[in-house]
Amino acid sequence: MMLSDITLGQYFPGNSLVHRLDPRTKILATIIYIIAIFFASAPLSYGILTGFAAVVILISRLPWLLVLKSLKPIWIIVILTMLIHMFTAPGEHIIFTWKFLSVTQEGLDMGLKMAVRLILLLLFSSVLTFTTSPIVLTDGIESLLRPFKRVGVPAHELAMMMTIALRFIPTLLEETDRIMKAQTARGADFSSGNLLERMKNMLPLLVPLFISAFRRADELAVAMEARCYRGGEGRTRMHELAFAAGDYAALTLTVLLAVGLAVLRWGNVCVL
Amino acid sequence: MIKIENLKHYYTDADGNEVKALDGVTLEIKQGEFVAVIGANGSGKSTLARHLNCLLLPTSGRVEVGGKDTLDEKHMWYIRQQVGMVFQNPDNQIVAAIVEEDVAFGPENIGVAGPEIAPRVAKALAAVGMTDYARHAPHLLSGGQKQRVAIAGIMALEPKCIVLDEPTAMLDPQGRKEIVSTVRRLNKEKGITIVYITHYMTEALAADRVVVMEKGHIRFTGTPREVFSRVDELEQLGLEAPLAAKVASELRKSGVKLSENIITDEELAQALCQLH
Repeated sequence: MMLSDITLGQYFPGNSLVHRLDPRTKILATIIYIIAIFFASAPLSYGILTGFAAVVILISRLPWLLVLKSLKPIWIIVILTMLIHMFTAPGEHIIFTWKFLSVTQEGLDMGLKMAVRLILLLLFSSVLTFTTSPIVLTDGIESLLRPFKRVGVPAHELAMMMTIALRFIPTLLEETDRIMKAQTARGADFSSGNLLERMKNMLPLLVPLFISAFRRADELAVAMEARCYRGGEGRTRMHELAFAAGDYAALTLTVLLAVGLAVLRWGNVCVL
Repeated sequence: MIKIENLKHYYTDADGNEVKALDGVTLEIKQGEFVAVIGANGSGKSTLARHLNCLLLPTSGRVEVGGKDTLDEKHMWYIRQQVGMVFQNPDNQIVAAIVEEDVAFGPENIGVAGPEIAPRVAKALAAVGMTDYARHAPHLLSGGQKQRVAIAGIMALEPKCIVLDEPTAMLDPQGRKEIVSTVRRLNKEKGITIVYITHYMTEALAADRVVVMEKGHIRFTGTPREVFSRVDELEQLGLEAPLAAKVASELRKSGVKLSENIITDEELAQALCQLH
């Protein structure tokens, strides 16, 4: 096993309209979209949401297969959610009963809705991570959190931590690989035995890794200080984020989507 | 540029013993000078280096950079901008996951206006010959390249002086060559004052002046030629003179008439050819 083969995040480089959007736009749009998902109730709303997601994926020119693959880790959760809702939701129109379990029409509807919601949520947020490199994403998060600094959110520190983590994950993976090889050469066994044994075998790997990580952290802190680092105060940035026309358009469209869905759900009540 | 007067630095180690890391060092470094500092392990070279940009402060004595005392806290950031420092492990001094972002780290810290940072970064990368790697990930570079990126990160702060603390100790011979020639070029072409701490005597040959340290004291200083012809004294200090100087010294002892100031391979070859 080569640990360094693991790629970080799931950024898929490209130059589409979606790729070029400001990271803040993409983060905000994703949040608005997720809120909009919970406004949906009628089948039409789900249609609109699915259509919106499909159009965004189309514009981003991501391969469909890649985007669908991002669903892989959660399909069990989707099916479980669906089943639980099917069997537990109260309802009158019983479709069939088996011993103490019964499936109602309402339960089936609810289960399907929940599954679609989960799938849309994951699809849309994976477009964010597919089209935004982790570094740019960090910049976006820092910039979005900055207004909350006054209430004690350490925006700069969080972003700096993420930057350093992104920088050092490959280095530490390489190091893990090296320690593993060195230990294997001296008879350590990382690949056989049951789960407990394997975890135990990892211990001689983790101890040197942690020691070295702390040493690195120490040296890095001194090096940063030597380069005049003194926290976020008075710090400037080489690339300041800037909204362009496309960002306003994208945000407006997403807000319109959310408002539209809200009207679809609650608007009727007022009309009646 | 840098004035060190009777600098002492004591600290208490893990066992509670007082260690005299520096015990009365006096040294002056002029603007544009290339000074190499050599000495065995524990001779105080690194401790000395860290006093030059306020990473360590004197127990007694004083260090002045550009006429400003390092003990005065209000000068600290000015001094750190004037005197940059490159460390031994290239991996542990690169902050960002993209080369140009890392080089921009220093200027961002001192609050250079956004639009002025990119040109500074480009200039710094050009100065170390890493322009083509601006968008690369640091962990994919070789050791020598990483160390050059680290130097570029310092250059972007536009310092007057760069202190390099055993910058080649973890590099392969190719990487060592890259660093030595880069440092030499910065010194000759940009007039940057260099304080170069090293284990490798051959690297110290490039300096204008060599400072030999032992147990927290300066043992002697001089041009590379003066220092390296004192083969026996260096050996007593646990240092190894360049091979040519050693061979010449051994030959002299066994009666071959060779000049006292042979220190490079070429000089030795020439002198040997002129013997009849």
